[in-house]
Amino acid sequence: MAYSVDFNLRPIMELELESLRGDDTAQDSMKGTGLESGSRETLEMEVLTTEGRDRLASQMSDVRERADERSEESIQTNLLVRKRWSTTTLRVLSSMPSRSIGQQSRLEIISQCNIRSTQLRRYHRQTQDVSLSSRPSIRGYGIEADSEDVCEEETKRQELVNNLQSLSAGDRVRLLRATPLSLAEKTKLRKLVFSDKVGQSLLSSQVPCCSLLKRALCHIWFGCLFILSSLQLWQVALKRLGGRFGTGVLSYFLFIRTLLLFNVFLFLINGLFLVLPQAIYPPLHTPSSHRVTGLELFTGTGYLSNSLMFYGYYTNSTINTSCRPDEATAGTGCGTTSDPHMMAYNIPLAYCFTIGITFFITGIVLVYSMSKSFGRSFRVFKSQGNMAIKVFCSWDFKVSKKMSVRMQSENITTQLKELLSEVKGGEEEKGRLSGMAVHLLAWSISLGSTFFCALGIHCFAKYMHLRRLEDAEGEVSVLHEARLLALPGVVSCGNLLLPGLFNLVSWMENFNSPIVRLYVSIFRNLLLKVSILGVLCYHWLGKIAAEPEQHGLQCWESFVGQELYRFLLVDFIFTALYTVFGEFIWKRFSQGVLRRRRKPVFDIARNVLELIYGQTLTWLGLLFTPLLPAVQILKLLLLFHMKKSSLLVNCQASRKPWRASQMSTLFISLLCFPSFLGAIVSVTYTILTIKPSSGCGPFRNLPFMFHSGKQWAQELKSTNHKLAWLNWVHHCLVENPLFLFLLAGVFLMVIYIHTQVLDGQRKTISLLQKQIENEGKDKKFLITSLQAIHEKRQYPLSPSSRPQGSELWRKWSLKGECTYFSLKNTGPLWPKSTNWITGLSLRISALT
Amino acid sequence: MGNKQTIFTDEQLDAYQDCTFFTRKEILRLHGRYHELAPHLVPMDYTNEPDVTIPLALIVSMPELNENPFRNRIVESFSEDGAGNLSFNDFVDMFSVLSETAPRELKAIYAFKIYDFNVDNFLCKEDLEKTLNKLTREELSPEEVTLVCEKAIEEADLDGDSKLSFADFENMITRAPDFLSTFHIRI
Repeated sequence: MAYSVDFNLRPIMELELESLRGDDTAQDSMKGTGLESGSRETLEMEVLTTEGRDRLASQMSDVRERADERSEESIQTNLLVRKRWSTTTLRVLSSMPSRSIGQQSRLEIISQCNIRSTQLRRYHRQTQDVSLSSRPSIRGYGIEADSEDVCEEETKRQELVNNLQSLSAGDRVRLLRATPLSLAEKTKLRKLVFSDKVGQSLLSSQVPCCSLLKRALCHIWFGCLFILSSLQLWQVALKRLGGRFGTGVLSYFLFIRTLLLFNVFLFLINGLFLVLPQAIYPPLHTPSSHRVTGLELFTGTGYLSNSLMFYGYYTNSTINTSCRPDEATAGTGCGTTSDPHMMAYNIPLAYCFTIGITFFITGIVLVYSMSKSFGRSFRVFKSQGNMAIKVFCSWDFKVSKKMSVRMQSENITTQLKELLSEVKGGEEEKGRLSGMAVHLLAWSISLGSTFFCALGIHCFAKYMHLRRLEDAEGEVSVLHEARLLALPGVVSCGNLLLPGLFNLVSWMENFNSPIVRLYVSIFRNLLLKVSILGVLCYHWLGKIAAEPEQHGLQCWESFVGQELYRFLLVDFIFTALYTVFGEFIWKRFSQGVLRRRRKPVFDIARNVLELIYGQTLTWLGLLFTPLLPAVQILKLLLLFHMKKSSLLVNCQASRKPWRASQMSTLFISLLCFPSFLGAIVSVTYTILTIKPSSGCGPFRNLPFMFHSGKQWAQELKSTNHKLAWLNWVHHCLVENPLFLFLLAGVFLMVIYIHTQVLDGQRKTISLLQKQIENEGKDKKFLITSLQAIHEKRQYPLSPSSRPQGSELWRKWSLKGECTYFSLKNTGPLWPKSTNWITGLSLRISALT
Repeated sequence: MGNKQTIFTDEQLDAYQDCTFFTRKEILRLHGRYHELAPHLVPMDYTNEPDVTIPLALIVSMPELNENPFRNRIVESFSEDGAGNLSFNDFVDMFSVLSETAPRELKAIYAFKIYDFNVDNFLCKEDLEKTLNKLTREELSPEEVTLVCEKAIEEADLDGDSKLSFADFENMITRAPDFLSTFHIRI
C-alpha cells in the first residue's frame, strides 16, 4: 500500500497509485485493513505513541500521577472538549476528514471533483494503455483567507474544466450530475466544459440507445415488481396490522401466510397427481345407504368415508387411457393386457410417490427458508447501529397519503419502542435468588400438568375405543357418531385450558425481559403439544394400526384419517370459540363490568403454537387423508380474517413491545424441527413397518406400503424392456440405503460449510469494528498530543521560529488533504482514516 | 401553453439534461408543476432565465411533500438562500437528487443536510430529537426520545465526539440497504 513512511516525499506518486481504480483498489483497501501494511503502521504508531506519551508525561505530570489507563482516556476526552484551542490545533481539527466534509464549501466540492475526474481520466488512459506522464499535477489546498479563496476557486474551476474536458462524454455527464453543487453552478461549469461544442447535448449525441433501452427495461421491471408485490396476499391488511401492533404480531400473520402457501402446494400436488386421476376413473363402489345428517361433515364418517377424502376410497388399479373405467376397477388386469408401449397410471405407485415427493420438497423448502431466515436474523442481530439506521433511514419519502403517513409513523414508533425495550431489558439485572423458588414451582406446575394431561388423554382414548366397540355391535345412531367427537374435544380442551394455566404461572414468575417470557411460554406450550401428539400417535399407529381386527376396523387407515380430520376441525372450532368468548366477550365484560380500560393482549406464542399443531396434524394425516390440505387451507383462510378482525376490535398492542426480528426464525425452526420431523418420522414408520389393511385402499394385499414400488419395478422389467433401467434406478436409489446416507451427508456438509462461512464473516466484522474503534482512539490521542506539543512550542521557544513552522505546517496540510480526497472515493472508511492518521502523525513528527 | 418549446431554449434543455437526472420531457413537466404553484409569479417563458423564487409555504403545499414530516427541511436544504425560497433551478435540483437514479453519495449528502436542523454541519442530540419527534409524531415520551438519541449517537458515532459528522452518517448509510429506495420522491 502506498500510504507509508515515504508518503511526504512523493504525494503525487501516491495519488497515482490510489487512483488505480478497479481491482487494485479493492485489493489495496483490503490490505490496508489487513496485517501487511498494518504492521508497518503499527510500528510507526508505536514509536510515535511512546514519543508522544513521554512529552505528555512531562507536561501533565500532575494529572498523570493519579491517572490509570482508563482515566487517562477520559482525560484525553476532556481535553478534547475544552474550548481554548490553539490555532494550529483548530486548523487540524477543521481539516479532519470527518469534520471538513459536512461543511463542504463550493471550493472543496470542486477540488474533490477535480480529483475524481483525474482519477477517472487516468483510469481510462490506463485502459487505453497510454503513458501516464502527461498527467497534470493536482495541488491541494489549505485553509486560506477568504480573499485567496476566490482566486483559488477560479483556478480550481479552470482545472476541473480542463480535467472534465479530457474525459469521455458519458463520464463528464455522470460526474457533473453527481456533483453536489447547485444547478446554477453546474450549468456554469457545463458551459465552460462544453464551450467547444455549444448547443449540442452530450446525452442526445453520445448516450447509446442501449442504455436508454436499459433504462426503459428497468422501469418496466420495477413496474412489474410493484405489481407483484401488490399481488402478494393480504398486503394491505398485513401493513395495517404491522403498523398498529408491531412486528411481533405481524410475524404471526406472516406465519399464517407461509403455512397457507405450504398447504396450497400440498393440495396442488396431491390434487393433480392423485385425486384427479382417481376422480376421473372412480372405482365401482356399492352405493352406500348412509343417511345424511350433516354430522358427517364434522366426523368424516358416513358418505364422506367413501369419498376421495380418505385413503379407503383409492384403488390398487392401474389406469390406462385405453381402458374403460369399469374395466379399470377390475384390478390389475387392465394394465397388463393393454398395449405395453402405453404408459399406465399406477394408483398405488402414484400414492406412494406423490406423498413421498411432497414431503421431500416441503422438507427442502423448510430447511432452505430456515437457513435464510437464520441468516437474516443473524444479520439483524449483529449489525450494530440499528437504532441510528431506524431513525435516519426508515422514513419512506415516497409515501404521500395521509393515512399511510400516519401508519408509517405508527410503525416506526412501535419498532423504536421494541428496540428500546430490548436495550432496557439488556440493562436490567437478571435473577434474584428468591425468584429461583418461584421458577422451580412454576416449572413443576407446568410439567406436572402436561404429564397429567397426556396421561388423561391416553386413558380417555382407550375408554372411548371400548365404548366404540360396544357401539359397533348395535345399530349406528347419531349419538354414536357424535361420541366420536369426544376425544378431539377433550384434547382441544386441554390445548385451550393448559396454556391459560401456563400464562398464569408465568405471570407469577414475573420475568424481566419479554423475550425470555416469550421463549419460556413457547417452550411450555410446545412441550404440551408434543406430548399430546406423541400420545395420540402411539394410540393410532401403535395400537389401532397394529391390531385393527381387535378394534373392529376394516380399514384402519381411513379411521385414522377421519380422526385427524376431526381433530383439525374441532381444533378450529375451539379456536373460533376462544376468539369469540376469550377475546370479544371478555373485553366487553372487563370494560363493562370491571370498568377496566385495558383490552386483552394478543398472545403470540400460544397462537403460533396452535398453528404449528394444526399443521402437524395436516402432515400426519396426509397419508391417510389426501385432501386434508384443502381443509387446512380453508381453516387458515378463515382464521386469518377472524384473528385480524378480532385483533383490530378487541385487542390492544402489547404494553411491553418486543423486537421480533428473530420471531419468524423461531417459528420456522419450530415448524421444521418437532413438527415436520415428527410427522415425517411417523409417516415413514407407517410406510415401512405397518401392514396396510387388506380390504381397502391402494395398498391392499401388500405386506408393506413401500412394496408397491418394488412390485411395479419388477413388473416393468418383465413387460417393458426399454424402461428396465428404471428398475435399476429404483433399486439403487430407493432401496439402497447408501444413497440416502450420501444425500444426508452432502446435506450436512453444506450446512456445516454455511455455518463456518457465517462464523468467519462474523469474526471479520467484529475485528474490523474493533479496528475502527481503535482508529478513533488514535485520533483523539494524536490531537491531544498535537495540542500539547504546540503549547510546549509556544511558550519556551522564541517567536522567530514560528513562521517557519507554520510554513511547514501549511505544506503538510496541503499534502494531507490531497491524500484524503484521493482516498475518499476508493472504498471503505478504515484505510482512509488510517492513512489520515499516518499523515497526522507525520505532521506531528515534522513539527517536533 | 400551446407551443411548449418556447419555455426553454434547446440549449437550456440540454444543460438541464446534462446536469440533472431528468429528460427534456420531465424538465418541461417540472416547469409545469412549478408554474402551477404560483401562476402569477412564474412566467411561462424561461428563455432569459428570470430571477423568480417561490416561497416555502407554496412549495410544501405540493401533494408530494404535503404530508412529509421533513417537508420544510427538504425545501430549506435545497434553497440557495437557505430560507426556503426555491428558484426553478433549486426546484429541479431538489427532485433530481430525490429521483430514482441519483447515486448514493449525492443522496447521503442531502439527507445529512435535511436532518441537520440547526445547520451546524453535525447531527447533534438536538437534531436527533427533532427528527424523532417528526418521525413518531411526538408519540414517544421525553425519556424514550433521550434514550433513543443516546443510543443512536452511540451506535453511529465512530470518533467519539458524541455527535454525528458526515463521515459517521455516510458510514451508517452504507449499512442501510433500503436507503436508496426510501430517499426517493416520485414526481
